[in-house]
Amino acid sequence: MMNTLLEVSGVSVTFDGFRAINNLSIQFAEAELRAIIGPNGAGKTTFMDIVTGKTKPDEGRVIWGERNISLLGLSESDIAIQGIGRKFQKPTVFEAQTVRQNLAMALKNPRSPFAVLMHKRTQANAARIDAIAEQIGLLDSLTRIAGELSHGQKQWLEIGMLLAQEPRLLLIDEPAAGMTAEEREKTTDILREAARTRAVVVVEHDMEFVRRLGCKVTVLHEGAVLAEGSLDSVTANQKVIDVYLGREHA
Amino acid sequence: MIRLLFLAAALCLTLPGPSHAQSLQNLLQTHADEVLKPGRRSVGVVLDDLVSSGLPQAVPFLEAWRDREIVQRDADGRFFRSADDTLFDLETGEVLGPAESDALTQSRPNGGVRRAIGDALVQFQLSDPDITKRRAAVDAIARSMDASQLTPLRMSIEAEPDTALKATKTRLAGMLAARFGKTPEARIDAIGGLAGDLSVDVRAVLNTILATTGDVAETLPDDVNLARLLQPGIDLTEAEAYRQLVANDLAPPPIPAHAIRAALSSNIVDGFVGGLAVHTLDTDENRMTAYRALAQAGEVPPLVTAQDQAAALASHVFYQAYDEPDIRITDAARAALDAIETRVAFSQAADLALDALSLASIYFLAAIGLAITFGVMGVINMAHGEFIMMGAYTGFVVQLFVPDYTLSILIALPLAFAVTFGAGVAMERLVIRHLYHRPLETLLATFGLSIALQQLAKNIFGTQARPLTSPGWLDGALVFNDVIAISYIRIAIFVLALIFLGVILYVLKRTRLGLEVRAVTQNPGMAASMGINPDRINMLTFGLGSGIAGIAGVAIGLYAKVTSEMGADYIVQSFMTVVVGGVGNVWGTLAGASLIGFLQKGIEWLNPSNTLAAQTYMILFIILFIQFRPKGIVALKGRAAAD
Amino acid sequence: MRHSFIAQNPSVLWFLLALSLFTLGVTVLSEAAGVAVISTSFVKTLGKTLCLCLIAVAMDVVWGYCGILSLGHFAFFGLGGYAIGMWLMYARTEAIVLDALAQQPLPPTPQEVSDAIGNQIFGVVGSSEFPWIWAFADTLYLQLLMIVVIPGLLALVFGWLAFRSRVTGVYLSILTQAMTLALSLYLFQNDSGLRGNNGLSGLQNIPGYEDTSQAVISIVFLWASALALGAGYVFFAWVVSGKMGSVIKGIRDNEARVRFLGYRVESYKLFIFTITAIVSAIAGALYYPQAGIINPGEIAPIASIYLAVWVAIGGRGRLYGAVIGAAFVSLLSSWFTGGGAPAVPLGFYTIQWTDWWLVLLGLSFVAVTLFFPKGIGGLFDYLVRKP
Repeated sequence: MMNTLLEVSGVSVTFDGFRAINNLSIQFAEAELRAIIGPNGAGKTTFMDIVTGKTKPDEGRVIWGERNISLLGLSESDIAIQGIGRKFQKPTVFEAQTVRQNLAMALKNPRSPFAVLMHKRTQANAARIDAIAEQIGLLDSLTRIAGELSHGQKQWLEIGMLLAQEPRLLLIDEPAAGMTAEEREKTTDILREAARTRAVVVVEHDMEFVRRLGCKVTVLHEGAVLAEGSLDSVTANQKVIDVYLGREHA
Repeated sequence: MIRLLFLAAALCLTLPGPSHAQSLQNLLQTHADEVLKPGRRSVGVVLDDLVSSGLPQAVPFLEAWRDREIVQRDADGRFFRSADDTLFDLETGEVLGPAESDALTQSRPNGGVRRAIGDALVQFQLSDPDITKRRAAVDAIARSMDASQLTPLRMSIEAEPDTALKATKTRLAGMLAARFGKTPEARIDAIGGLAGDLSVDVRAVLNTILATTGDVAETLPDDVNLARLLQPGIDLTEAEAYRQLVANDLAPPPIPAHAIRAALSSNIVDGFVGGLAVHTLDTDENRMTAYRALAQAGEVPPLVTAQDQAAALASHVFYQAYDEPDIRITDAARAALDAIETRVAFSQAADLALDALSLASIYFLAAIGLAITFGVMGVINMAHGEFIMMGAYTGFVVQLFVPDYTLSILIALPLAFAVTFGAGVAMERLVIRHLYHRPLETLLATFGLSIALQQLAKNIFGTQARPLTSPGWLDGALVFNDVIAISYIRIAIFVLALIFLGVILYVLKRTRLGLEVRAVTQNPGMAASMGINPDRINMLTFGLGSGIAGIAGVAIGLYAKVTSEMGADYIVQSFMTVVVGGVGNVWGTLAGASLIGFLQKGIEWLNPSNTLAAQTYMILFIILFIQFRPKGIVALKGRAAAD
Repeated sequence: MRHSFIAQNPSVLWFLLALSLFTLGVTVLSEAAGVAVISTSFVKTLGKTLCLCLIAVAMDVVWGYCGILSLGHFAFFGLGGYAIGMWLMYARTEAIVLDALAQQPLPPTPQEVSDAIGNQIFGVVGSSEFPWIWAFADTLYLQLLMIVVIPGLLALVFGWLAFRSRVTGVYLSILTQAMTLALSLYLFQNDSGLRGNNGLSGLQNIPGYEDTSQAVISIVFLWASALALGAGYVFFAWVVSGKMGSVIKGIRDNEARVRFLGYRVESYKLFIFTITAIVSAIAGALYYPQAGIINPGEIAPIASIYLAVWVAIGGRGRLYGAVIGAAFVSLLSSWFTGGGAPAVPLGFYTIQWTDWWLVLLGLSFVAVTLFFPKGIGGLFDYLVRKP
């Protein structure tokens, strides 16, 4: 077993009496690809909100990295600087700006206002941007306005921005939604490539996509972990079948 | 004196018949000597007879006698009134011709006699059969209290037929006794009797008893009734204290800077003064040196330095002494006043709370329409204030056509609602509908409308304030005591706010429209898929919010002036109310209005002289408040609120 | 890098060229040059308009680029005016007082001088003592520092409070409006130390230059205003064109995304809010010596809203749009309200523009928001792209 990168333990959060996350405990290792599945309302997005600092849990711990930093006291931007990148469900890129500007903004560089104000373009940065654009297949589109890209391209651009951040943990919310089969294949490749050097956590509905990722799967249900293991083992799990089928037959 | 009046009363009882038949002239003739040359003792008989006679002419006669206008004709001994060299008949008051002073002898009552006449007059007035005259007499006594009034007032209490006036007389007698009672015990008793009374005049009486005079001495005299010692620099400024010393010849007057300058200027000899060149005298230090030199030469009075002044202050004692020498009386008055002031403070707090409540009602009325549009549609309407103005002008126009104020208000309220409802719907259809999801641009567009509407109102109605008169039955105030009072208009606005709270809660919670509005607020997409037409709901909601602003305008117009800028006066407060209360919640708006209303009154109370400062501090408070409750008092929680 | 910045932003060069030509043209035609085609008072109006253009540029950066609709930047403008006004009024009164005191047989003491100046300045509000806020008014360079420091500090503190509690959108606008209202109400008080509603006056008289004619002074201020506008324009063009521009536009379009990229959004907003506040204050410090008088009414929230109107009409998110909007609307406004526009007889009613200008402005503002969200500046897109 590799070193634990992120450890979430005993986390609960309640919205107006509704328990969105219920005593959730989950761990991720240094470099792994993981899929999180679960029915609607299982708490997948809320889990991401907690890890990235958007939502503060009522109780529990979120511990990060070798130095065991608690993420609960940190702001969203501080957590991002710690090395956690997040991709939203809807593609959120800066549509008024070019692909290059989008990537340049995400590139790992000092983040203080003064450093940004005095920022100068360098060969090294340009080379990094080119490399990432190459990886996400947008090398030809660097000067295009992001708003003009297709839906799939926007998804890739957002993933590219995450990669440019050079995070140690990538949280990706439904990357395949609205993509063509071809685009999905490419997305799978990008993610598997990314997971070689860092932890990548994918939240997904689409079982086919998850199968293609071919990684360990965690099933969430009612804000807690229901099952964990390979896709085949969890789909054979009776509790999981009850949850999914039970919902469908209800 | 008491004896005299008893006598009068006795005469009145024993000789009812003949005394009434008497004429004034006859009565005076029986006491001709006493009338012409009245003495302090002999006058009593005349007065007794006059009082017991019950003659209506007695009062003008007494007034004329007191004013030394009664004359006797030497020829026949008859008495007349003479004023401005004219002779008047005493019985009828008619003019008899010019007064020839050779043939007339004037009656000249001395000071003591005139006081006795005055007392008898008071007695007459206090017992006058006409209640308005009795009231006037009582009021006159209350206005200028005097020791001599106590006895006649007391004498008149028992026979007073009117219970209210009797109570007033008793109360007044108590106040008089507290100030002018014969013995200290009587006064202390009377003071004790005042303790429960919050009225301003009772407090004035007690304060008069407790009046003090400031004084200064080398050591505190034993014979003063000390109120308190004063510490220069703390209780009074050092300059003021030193001025007192100078005024009492206890210290030499200080030489002020301008006097030094004048003295130096007038002693310049060849560009030098006091041994220093003139051009060096641009510091206080050098000027002092030059002045000292002049003083040593005897040219000017010696300098009084700050050290001299401090020493003089230290060697004297400053104090305030009660004018009333008896310490038992001042103690009793102090105790009574303290008790009253404690109760006054409570009453003032209650009054302040009522004031705050009515202010909160106004803010609630002004803000609730805004809260609905802002909360339900996320639309900020900068022209909301102009809808308030529109409602107020509707009321004004209605009053031009319907002179009956009650009826005109009853017409104006629904009409104002209709007018602003229409304006709101038009605005939603024409402008706001195209700007959903662009809240900042909605803010600016509605602001543009606000400028235009305000100027339009100015062009139509002019810049001067227009009246919106409330019905007569709303005039006046509900008075609880001398401290707590609230005008009926404010009560009416409070009631209106309550009615609105009820109606809005009912509409939102109990009707189909309310259900649909809440559905659109929470999830417009889902609501649309359930067959609710969000367009229609938005239009109705905006109309409703604007209509309420119109009614608020009528209410506000009733107690403030109607001007084209009145909306602008309320818009910031309304926004504050909504923001502080929390968006999208009627109770939040209520809480926000209450907080802001009470806060504003509270700050005004702490700093009554400066309402501008009160508003400044209130806004600062709100900015800080938002730090701790960014989503307002009643915040929506959960994922809906996070987006 | 400077080279590439200009190369990438040719509009900056065009702007500077236009500004220089304008300034030179006005100078040549002014009374100071002896031609007097343009009256001194109109030169002042033009100089003031340049200052308004500068604050409009600042407003465009904070609103058009960073998405913060501040309804408080005119408060900073006013504070800058008050800061310079304090020195102008103090120094001028000091000169008068020293003249008067020199007639006396004794030379005045510092205390006497200070009392006499205090009496002159604060007599109108029934006081004669110098409030503590006038501590630096006697020293020009300290007071010049105050032009930057006071509005800067206010913006810093207010912005820090507002941004850290994540107040955004219309809430923030309302909050800035409340700040402006609080400030103007405070200044309306007689004991604010700034002469209450009398404000500061006689600012057109520059101490030390009493013998210079207003015609010359007006040209000097025109040049100073043009210089400030040019420098401000270049500075902000530089700020918004680089990576900083990317980040703040990102904040405008999707604040959360910028946060998850690891940028402390609050710091950026605070930086932009404060720097634009300071530029606004500098604009104000140049404006009020040309206006001659400043009073708390100038700071009222409505002024800041008009500022937003100018920028919106000129076109947000492009700096020259802000300049065009401010110049166009403010000059048009003074033309209409000054009685320059001819009345329109309708037979049954005659439209007097002094009465109807605001109605027209309000409605055209609604129209711009609805139909031309890009404003006048948007027309340039057609001109540039069509050929």
